[in-house]
Amino acid sequence: MKRIVEFTVNGEPSEMTVDACCSLLDALRDDVGLTGTKKGCDVGDCGACTVIVDGQPVNACLMLAVEAEGRTVETIEGLQPGVDVLHPLQDAFMRHGASQCGFCTPGILMMAKKLLDDNPNPTDEDIRFGLSGNICRCTGYTKIFDAIKSAAREMEAARS
Amino acid sequence: MRRFDYHRAETLEHASRLLTELGDDTFLFNGGTDLLVEIRERLRRVRNVIDIKGIPGLSDITYDETRGLTFGALVTVGRLERLALVRQRYPNLREALASLGSIQVRNRATVVGNVCRASPSADTIPPLIADGAFIHIYSPTNMRVVPLSEFFTGPGRTVLAKGEIVTGITVPPAGDNTGKAYLKHGRRKAMELSTVGVAVSLSMDDGVCSDIRIALGAVGATVLRAPQAEAMLRGTTLDAATVKNAADKAMEECTPISNVRASADYRRDMVGVLTGRAIRQALETFA
Repeated sequence: MKRIVEFTVNGEPSEMTVDACCSLLDALRDDVGLTGTKKGCDVGDCGACTVIVDGQPVNACLMLAVEAEGRTVETIEGLQPGVDVLHPLQDAFMRHGASQCGFCTPGILMMAKKLLDDNPNPTDEDIRFGLSGNICRCTGYTKIFDAIKSAAREMEAARS
Repeated sequence: MRRFDYHRAETLEHASRLLTELGDDTFLFNGGTDLLVEIRERLRRVRNVIDIKGIPGLSDITYDETRGLTFGALVTVGRLERLALVRQRYPNLREALASLGSIQVRNRATVVGNVCRASPSADTIPPLIADGAFIHIYSPTNMRVVPLSEFFTGPGRTVLAKGEIVTGITVPPAGDNTGKAYLKHGRRKAMELSTVGVAVSLSMDDGVCSDIRIALGAVGATVLRAPQAEAMLRGTTLDAATVKNAADKAMEECTPISNVRASADYRRDMVGVLTGRAIRQALETFA
């Protein structure tokens, strides 16, 4: 039996029609059409599907779409502050070459956004801990760390 | 994903009735971080899930100096991990919480779910047992509070009967004279299942150990206590020689198996190493 789920995605009220056993990840991609959130492992190991639900990052593959009823979901599509304007993290990832195949990038960006929202000046250890649930098999993480630290400095400078 | 039906329980009574009426292959759905993986990987046959996250009263966290810390079945690992009180009073539990899965998993997974899954390697169980925690069980006929150390009957098995639901856990208060530690041993620092986990909670009075509990994870069918090692330590100053002898005793008391993560011999050796280390770390509270 299909169910209608009303929720807020990236600030806009939205609706999806889903099977009870459909994951939030599949619903976002196939029903809502937001394919920026990636399906890597589909069992909560890789973090490619990280979205922010009611302010907390979760694996969209480990949440049922029906559970999103009445909740607020942020995906990679909502990270850009405006048309043709990149989030400082997106900009830094491009400048530092922090993305190779790009499959992990949406999840890492969402996790990094949450990290910097909570902790504007993270140490390497803070970033390591913050990204421990996001697997990148291309970059070795060095450029990802560089980009996050660079974005943190720019966001700090923009605030002061 | 293999198809299943989704039911939303309004009350404990409702959830319990659904568990009984919908028959076998019906499971409570809380954080879902194990259940959904088991469904997807076809490790568990599931026809119905009962979402208990809408049941009122199961999300509370309370603390007072006589009763201790009580948290409901819906409290996530992440929520408890971020609590200053847990960091200050229950550093052993906090260590276990922060080492479970990833941040994303911890924002969904619940502590009660981790406990009820009854894995011998579950991270939250050793510190809770070392702290003498109790588990609250809703039952249509036999409501009760059970010491966590008596809750498990085997890997994945507990004393819960059909239709019974764990509503929360109470951890006794941490006195000023207590020291606690949890050491998780694995191949990497994150996204890891514990190869061996050792929790120690101890009390010191005038330099003498008045009480100690040692809980050993992933070295038996359930998380084990090490009663003989504990007895050797009570009433002593926890000097190096006594701690060494007790750690050797703990190695005798555990019953590890060999599997993909480690051999039984290696696990037993690590129990010796980690027990001594955990006692020393718990003592650092007093340094």
